[in-house]
Amino acid sequence: MITLEHYLVVSSALFAISIAGIILNRKNVITLLMCVELLLLAVNTNFIAFSRHLGDATGQIFVFFILTVAAAEAAIGLAILVVLFRNRGTIDVEELDELKG
Amino acid sequence: MELKALVFYVFAALTLVSATMVITVRNAVRAVLSLVLTFFCAAVLWLLTEAEFLSIALVLVYVGAVMVLFLFVVMMLDVDYAAVKQGFTRYLPLGVIAAMLVFFGIWGMVREGSFSLGAPAAAGAGGVDGDTPNIEVLGRLLYTDYFYAFELAAVILLVALIAAVALTFRGTRMRKVQDVGRQVNVSKEERLRIVKVEPVRKHPTPSGDKA
Repeated sequence: MITLEHYLVVSSALFAISIAGIILNRKNVITLLMCVELLLLAVNTNFIAFSRHLGDATGQIFVFFILTVAAAEAAIGLAILVVLFRNRGTIDVEELDELKG
Repeated sequence: MELKALVFYVFAALTLVSATMVITVRNAVRAVLSLVLTFFCAAVLWLLTEAEFLSIALVLVYVGAVMVLFLFVVMMLDVDYAAVKQGFTRYLPLGVIAAMLVFFGIWGMVREGSFSLGAPAAAGAGGVDGDTPNIEVLGRLLYTDYFYAFELAAVILLVALIAAVALTFRGTRMRKVQDVGRQVNVSKEERLRIVKVEPVRKHPTPSGDKA
């Protein structure tokens, strides 16, 4: 019998893997964007598992909106990435220091 | 029920393995393809919880659209991936420690059983029961309670579309564009020049009468 805890363990492992990915791949913005997608996938899995567990479809509505916003985020992020590479010739995060933040 | 558990374990393991490949693989195209595999396996996991609509939407929207976008960008950019992966081993301990911290933090919370206090809700409590199709439940909620948010999501997608085009648009250079206004306003003097040419009289050669 697959319970809620199974899903929670899988999604927390997925979350941890993508956190590690964000720390490891500091030089590659594309991989960072992919890790953000993985984070959202883990969160969505949580939402769906709880939606099933509580018998409430509102969690699935949440996932629907998260998917929408994530698609928009990916489109704009990749557009920014293309412009960045065109102007600077690099996608290394550590070289993006023009704002002197 | 046993088959369901088997499918769950296989696809959960596959999800985690391919997610690990996403963050460790050297080649960016392979990373994107691993991410596609991750999304497929996650869609199967969602299918097991009877969230059919979202599972199909994940495959269609993510694998069909977003991942193809990623693939295009990865192939379009000529990035030196050997240089990009340089700091990998330096940050490896930090990454593993952070991942362990996050995972065991959440796992400890889950193991305490704080979420399983209540038994699974009675069927049909919030619209999810075995009889009504998943898409009907979602549609009812989406077009009544969440209609405003639904329209806002559509606006967000429109803004994203326009922003993505506006960011990457480089003007109309390199293209032969018609300027209709100039074409209509053109006058005869600009286009037509009458040149007075002296008539040339050919001297017929004795042997040249070919035609």
